[in-house]
Amino acid sequence: MAQQISSTKEDTPSRPLTAWFDVRKRRVGSWAFALNRLTGLGLVLYLFLHLAVLSLLVQGEEAWDQFVALAKNPLFLFLDVVLIFGLLFHALNGIRVALVGMGIGIKSQRSMFWILAAIGAILLVISAFLVFTK
Amino acid sequence: MAEQVVKFKVFRYKQNGSAPQYQTYSVTVDEDTTVLVALQMIRYSQDPTLAIRHSCHHAACGTCGMRVNGQEVLSCVTKVLDLGTSTVVVEPLQNIPLISDLVVDMQHFMNRYNQAGMPYMRRSEFNPGATVPDGIDFYHRVENCIECGICVSACPVAGSDPQYLGPAAMAAGWRVVEEPRGEDASDVLAWVNQDHGCWRCHVAYECSEACPSDVDPGGSIMNLRKRLIFGGGD
Repeated sequence: MAQQISSTKEDTPSRPLTAWFDVRKRRVGSWAFALNRLTGLGLVLYLFLHLAVLSLLVQGEEAWDQFVALAKNPLFLFLDVVLIFGLLFHALNGIRVALVGMGIGIKSQRSMFWILAAIGAILLVISAFLVFTK
Repeated sequence: MAEQVVKFKVFRYKQNGSAPQYQTYSVTVDEDTTVLVALQMIRYSQDPTLAIRHSCHHAACGTCGMRVNGQEVLSCVTKVLDLGTSTVVVEPLQNIPLISDLVVDMQHFMNRYNQAGMPYMRRSEFNPGATVPDGIDFYHRVENCIECGICVSACPVAGSDPQYLGPAAMAAGWRVVEEPRGEDASDVLAWVNQDHGCWRCHVAYECSEACPSDVDPGGSIMNLRKRLIFGGGD
């Protein structure tokens, strides 16, 4: 049998990468696929934001105190919860992708998603409670 | 049988330099009218220029795969009124080069699929306790895959990587590894063990959800990975 991939006359992708996020009429696996990419991008963006914020420490106590005051704003706290959702989803779905991707739990990949989603939902509620009350 | 008029918004494209567009037709259907029959009715009585592919009309050949209301289906067994919409949107399969209207170039699909070298007959798992006649070791049956291309259309990765082997080809490859039947499984494992092979899949599993023939391409790709990593796999 042939070892090489047959090249076709079309060497350019038939659809743009944005098509990954068109999940209309798709099932839960595609939603998880798209959301994993979105949360991944979001977490990378957050990393840079976080480093930028931490650099305020270099500017002195006043600059840091101003940021801390902003961080106590309810809108900011809400964004913290959104961040936690992104972290939880990416991590837990990532565990599913890693396991299934190695051939572990292949037949139960769908139920694995829902079990991890339930765990993530519980952790998110607890986290949101702590964010807004502590 | 109660009849009603349903609109069909059909993707149209001809290789004459015109941009693709949608054309709407009205068709009178009843409870048993399938999308394929409705398209044939459009061809026969309204627009003979509509290009469609079809053959067996009973979900065995895979020829009539297309997207209906955004989902990949075999149009020959998709009943119009079961869709529950007053307008049915009909489009060609994605991620396979388009020839005209609802007809895609299946040679593109077969170029990859045939590389797996999967024999079409497999050992039958039905009724394992059956007594076989003299001269036969066990019953055979035809492989599940009907080469419809629906899994390729549903795959989010297939559209963004033109060299991706795709779910159908790799599902066929897994069947060779799982049940060699005289083929060299190590050849297949070497073939899928590449960037555009089984490692390109990102576990969306839309292929398995969309497959009309119980192939489970997603599971097959993961089994190939398991075999490559651990040497096992079921």
